[in-house]
Amino acid sequence: MVMEGLSLSHLRELESESIYVIREVAAQFERPCLLFSGGKDSIVLTHLAKKGFWPAKIPFPLLHIDTGHNFIETIEYRDNLVKELGVQLLVGSVQQSIDQGRVVEETGYNASRNVLQTVTLLDTIETCKFDAAMGGARRDEEKARAKERFFSHRDEFGQWDPKNQRPELWNIFNGKKKMGEHFRVFPISNWTEMDVWQYILLENIPMPSLYFTHQREVFNRDGVWLAAAPFMKLRPGEKVEVRTVRCRTIGDISCTGLTLSTADSLEDIIAETAATRVTERGSRFDDKRSEAAMEDRKKEGYF
Amino acid sequence: MELLRFTTAGSVDDGKSTLIGRLLFDSKSIFEDQLEAVKRASIQKGSEYINLALLTDGLRAEREQGITIDVAYRYFATPKRKFIIADTPGHIQYTRNMVTGASTANVAIILVDVRNGVIDQTYRHTYIANLLGIPHIIVCINKMDLVDFSREAYEKIKEDFQEFATRLQLNDVRFIPISALKGDNVVEPSVHMTWYEQGTLRNILENIDITSDHNFIEPRFPVQYVVRPLTGEHHDYRGYAGRIAGGVFKKGDKVIVLPDRLTSTIRSIDTFQQQISRAYPPMSVSFTLEDDIDISRGDMIVGEKNPPEVGQEIRAMLCWFNPKPMQLNGKFILKHTTREVKAMVKEVIYKVNVNSLEEIKDGKTLVMNDIACVRLKTTKPIFYDPYKQNRITGSLILVDEATNETLAAGMIL
Repeated sequence: MVMEGLSLSHLRELESESIYVIREVAAQFERPCLLFSGGKDSIVLTHLAKKGFWPAKIPFPLLHIDTGHNFIETIEYRDNLVKELGVQLLVGSVQQSIDQGRVVEETGYNASRNVLQTVTLLDTIETCKFDAAMGGARRDEEKARAKERFFSHRDEFGQWDPKNQRPELWNIFNGKKKMGEHFRVFPISNWTEMDVWQYILLENIPMPSLYFTHQREVFNRDGVWLAAAPFMKLRPGEKVEVRTVRCRTIGDISCTGLTLSTADSLEDIIAETAATRVTERGSRFDDKRSEAAMEDRKKEGYF
Repeated sequence: MELLRFTTAGSVDDGKSTLIGRLLFDSKSIFEDQLEAVKRASIQKGSEYINLALLTDGLRAEREQGITIDVAYRYFATPKRKFIIADTPGHIQYTRNMVTGASTANVAIILVDVRNGVIDQTYRHTYIANLLGIPHIIVCINKMDLVDFSREAYEKIKEDFQEFATRLQLNDVRFIPISALKGDNVVEPSVHMTWYEQGTLRNILENIDITSDHNFIEPRFPVQYVVRPLTGEHHDYRGYAGRIAGGVFKKGDKVIVLPDRLTSTIRSIDTFQQQISRAYPPMSVSFTLEDDIDISRGDMIVGEKNPPEVGQEIRAMLCWFNPKPMQLNGKFILKHTTREVKAMVKEVIYKVNVNSLEEIKDGKTLVMNDIACVRLKTTKPIFYDPYKQNRITGSLILVDEATNETLAAGMIL
């Protein structure tokens, strides 16, 4: 038997696995959506969805949970992408949740709307009757995420029960659920940060300018560079200065740490990713709150 | 660069976490902040050394109880390959986790403590690895530093293992004497065991030939989703989307569509904005066919020669995962490829004692972690191959109609 050339590169195998998962979602659920944050992972996820249903359009809407504290570049990128794809964009607004009294704004210097997003997300899922929400989370990001399934069941309160997960074998995904329950699905579970960047280069996916080096007004808090913004309160002693930075991850402004970097191309970013000795979430303020910060948020229904 | 998935199995103190920690650490896949966190947690717990197990035990309950509850996935890459580790708990009641981790693995690493030799758990892990069709098995004989790197001790275990292995028809078994703690033969060759010359663990993982792990002989394409743009230039486009489960499909190939056994020809194999000339596992593609026939999710497009079995009576090895015991003639949802049917277990032919490999014939029910040969009956036909021939078209799961839980995994005989 001739088997010459019958192999796939790791990126093509990961791509194929992810497209399979995304198609499974479209086939098994009635009202799925794709959680789009404007970060590299959800950009790659959207790109994979585009490939998986070609020449048809992506058969589900994008859902953005907007903290109101976004980088302007993120919103511009999002709106252009949605126009290009011709898909529906839904926005769940944290500001609205605050205005309606669903959540209470944190106060203090480290105030962030990161945790508040969970309520907005769960409310939006319920209002729109979504039965599956796909996200760009990866298992290599964080130790609680390393335990995630591709198809992750959520009870009617949107909660994750990590100790009682359904076994997931081969590529047979069980998306069965009762009324009111939903699934979170993570098609790029098996990708690493490096895979994501290599794939972006391979596919030449346009990226928001935030990922590349630029000058920005920043200040340093506990060793992390944060972007200056009207709602970012400075502690005594902290001062705003202009630095040459880029984002390694993009969340909202309040929790996104910036990296001092001159990387201005995908090749530079890949070289930087290969050399770095700190995890990408190491600069995320939201994960620094406790040892199990991610697990606790996930149990409540976080992304 | 290729992707290799492996699973690790060992008993509680065989040094599994240390081994994984070593592989990650030596390939620079552990970051400083991760290591700092582990150091801090180790000191807090009063441990004298850095407990690398804390890297893989991601859940609060796991860290509190010092046990691994669930499969954790780890990633590292060398210049030659990218690796995905399914790290499964070794504890006795977690057979279901090992089965889960093993289901997608190319390689199983089985750890043996050189001081304890081959024990019941080694048999169980090897049996499961073989049952789940993992093509390559690497037996790591660990803690060689504690027996003065004795060649005799190593050879004795190798012999014991081989005696057991002959009963299982394993294809590819390799043995490596290692010390995960000291690093001997994990990434660096051991200076203490110059009598061993077959390469370090990492070396073997990098070079083991996995190209024939997929089935490239019998063409199988379970239809997953029908792509219908219904707009503009693609108004009449009808693509059958799915992932190749076996064989090689080429443009122009004559194919049969199951269950109706209609024949057609592949007009195109499409990926994003382009057509390709051939498709093979594990590619995700879309087919268009020359003939306008009714095809939907759960149907299967297959090659003209060597079609799969089509049937409603199936014999399978079943691993039962649920605390609720299996009842004969109870109804389940059976998921197989992209197809879903109702099914009943009509008969427990025998249960397997995974420690002695004995077949037990008196079973009418299955409890959690039981492995048994059963006869299943489905309401509609499924299109299948023996699991030994194709891990995708030969596998199934059973789902509870009432609770929706995944109850069991099945390997078709």
